[in-house]
Amino acid sequence: MSSIAQKKGFGATIWDFMTTVDHKKIAILYLISGGFFFLVGGIEAMLIRIQLAKAGNDFLSAGLYNEIITMHGTTMIFLASMPLLLAFMNAIMPLQIGARDVAFPFLNSLGFWLFFFGGIFLNLSWFMGGAPDAGWTNYASLALASEGHGIDFYTLGLTISGFGTLIAGINFLVTIINMRAPGMTYMRMPLFTWTTFVASALILLAFPPLTVGLFFMIFDRLFNSSFFVVEMGGNTIIWEHLFWIFGHPEVYILILPAFGIFSEIFAIFSRKRLFGYTALVFATILIGFYGFMVWAHHMFTVGLGPTANAVFALATMIIAVPTGIKIFNWLLTIWGGSISFTVPMIYAVAFIPSFVAGGVTGVMQAIAPLDYQLHDSYFIVAHFHYVIVGGVVLGILAGTHLYWPKMFGTMLSEKLGKWTFWFFFIGFHLTFFIQHFLGLMGMPRRVYTFGADQGWDLFNAISSAGAVFMAIGVIILLVNVVMTTIKNERVGNDPWGDGRTLEWAIPSPPPFYNFAQTPLVRGLDTFWIEKMDGNKKGMIFAEPLGDIHMPNNSIIPFVISLGMFIASFGALYFLDGDKPWALAVLIIGLLITFGSMLVRSLKDDLGFYITKEELLEDAKGGKTDGH
Amino acid sequence: MAHDTHIHVRTQSEFEYAKKKRADEMKGHLATFAIMIFLTLIAFTMVAAGFSTYLIVPIILLMAGIQVILQLYYFMHLSGKGHGMVAFFLFCGIFVAFITVLALVTIVWW
Repeated sequence: MSSIAQKKGFGATIWDFMTTVDHKKIAILYLISGGFFFLVGGIEAMLIRIQLAKAGNDFLSAGLYNEIITMHGTTMIFLASMPLLLAFMNAIMPLQIGARDVAFPFLNSLGFWLFFFGGIFLNLSWFMGGAPDAGWTNYASLALASEGHGIDFYTLGLTISGFGTLIAGINFLVTIINMRAPGMTYMRMPLFTWTTFVASALILLAFPPLTVGLFFMIFDRLFNSSFFVVEMGGNTIIWEHLFWIFGHPEVYILILPAFGIFSEIFAIFSRKRLFGYTALVFATILIGFYGFMVWAHHMFTVGLGPTANAVFALATMIIAVPTGIKIFNWLLTIWGGSISFTVPMIYAVAFIPSFVAGGVTGVMQAIAPLDYQLHDSYFIVAHFHYVIVGGVVLGILAGTHLYWPKMFGTMLSEKLGKWTFWFFFIGFHLTFFIQHFLGLMGMPRRVYTFGADQGWDLFNAISSAGAVFMAIGVIILLVNVVMTTIKNERVGNDPWGDGRTLEWAIPSPPPFYNFAQTPLVRGLDTFWIEKMDGNKKGMIFAEPLGDIHMPNNSIIPFVISLGMFIASFGALYFLDGDKPWALAVLIIGLLITFGSMLVRSLKDDLGFYITKEELLEDAKGGKTDGH
Repeated sequence: MAHDTHIHVRTQSEFEYAKKKRADEMKGHLATFAIMIFLTLIAFTMVAAGFSTYLIVPIILLMAGIQVILQLYYFMHLSGKGHGMVAFFLFCGIFVAFITVLALVTIVWW
């Protein structure tokens, strides 16, 4: 392999992406597949809103509606939001800390393919006898009673994609601890790197409970154990605990990277150092800690007793404090800045009131007695869409615009971006604001229709109209992506003109080895410091130009994941009893997985070197696309 | 680069410092070992003496906790240089597991 770029055919490009271990290409894979699942989840959302647009609608049957709400939630959380954020973490975090790649490039690829096959497996349920229908929380008593294989698709699919996420989280932790450039102390790391770090720690600690819960569920459904079966001495509440011990940190896994993206945006487009950097870091860590002490606020009405409810209510309210610290620091970053309202900045400014609204309703629900009234009503639906859409999705859209030039070397159109923003933002508030009132009027969530005499017609119609606006916004974004890609106007290192961190000091997209020479970091906002000092190169170097050791591409992560995918079908159909081939499928799948692991263990793969001469050639010709 | 291996020749004082440090470490190992044996003896004696279970169980759990920490710090060198992050994540994990078990024990099974 050389670093001289060649024109590649379509097949060769596909093969390159299937075997890549480059964090920037894996980021693109995460972005594309996360984007695809975002559209799938969005279509499911549209179907829900069509069904609820008028009283007594029969667009969807009750059973199909259950499947759609379950898959909408599961897809949006596990298969859209998380991978889209992982895309930005992969693309940007190693650049921000001055690293050439993540710590374990092979595992990075494995993490992606496990997520991908888990997601595909889960969605294949639509075509293979029905999707899961017990809600995204999959409460045990309901899930165990569910007929068909829907729930089995849920448990097996999430187990596989959960492995992938866990691998990604551990990889980022090791990368941030061990691979920071010289001079990049913890308190000089950009805030997006900090939030990636804390979110990865949450992934590390939160996914094991989910895996345990899913294993119990798999055993209960497929092998007739009775962890959750009350008649047999099991306890159905255990699932709720395990799910929410995972589930609450999960929402912080989603929101923290979004906070990181917004922190970068506020500093860049206010042309100011982040106000209260230390406080922001501290608040991020604190949110991570508190995240593990509040899960039972999802279960106030289970009947845990007044003491438990009081403890968890109090812990929940405390979380509002570090979040508030963050909000004020962002506001003070903007204050007095030289603000430019680019698309990412508009998203960031719109995020603050939207997210605060979601946070305030969250504190309302933290009051356990009030939660008895609000529980399972549309008020809850409104609340979590305000934090997830108003926080996470706005963060993802802002990040898409902000980092698009760094990932692809072209700028998304600002004009179309603003159209997307306004349609999406107005649509979002139109859809969900009114749902607070539907909840207070008594409309329950997860019920497929309502009566004409209940007085909810108008508000539901308005809500559905808002959903159409959001859909138009997303379609404009897709048009924007296509047009930008066709126009292909290349941009330089720092297309926004005000980049502050290391990723803006190198070409867009960066060469596959990122930094020809490892940078030396002299403070927070490294690139900004060098720019202010008049350094034309954008950084100073910690080492002389020398050979760079790089990992080889490998198809093995793909094959390992494919084996798990095949084995899952075997496990799924094994206990139907009438399918003798299922056991064979299970064994073949596991053989593929463990065989490829064996190959990986026994075959030495020492990587390759980029020579100094090739690096000099790259620097002259600007041929930076690798392989 | 990795292939330019640097060979460091130790001076006499560096050598003596290292030697003294090892001797100290050895003392620590022996003392810890003695404490751990002693704690184990207490545990066995308590069970043999037939005290109430409500007394024995918490004390044994407490002593087990002490032993784990001694083991980590004196035999697995958690106090060594560059182990800060490892220790931090270890204790985070223990903390989360503890909260989880505590909550489940108190509100589900109590």
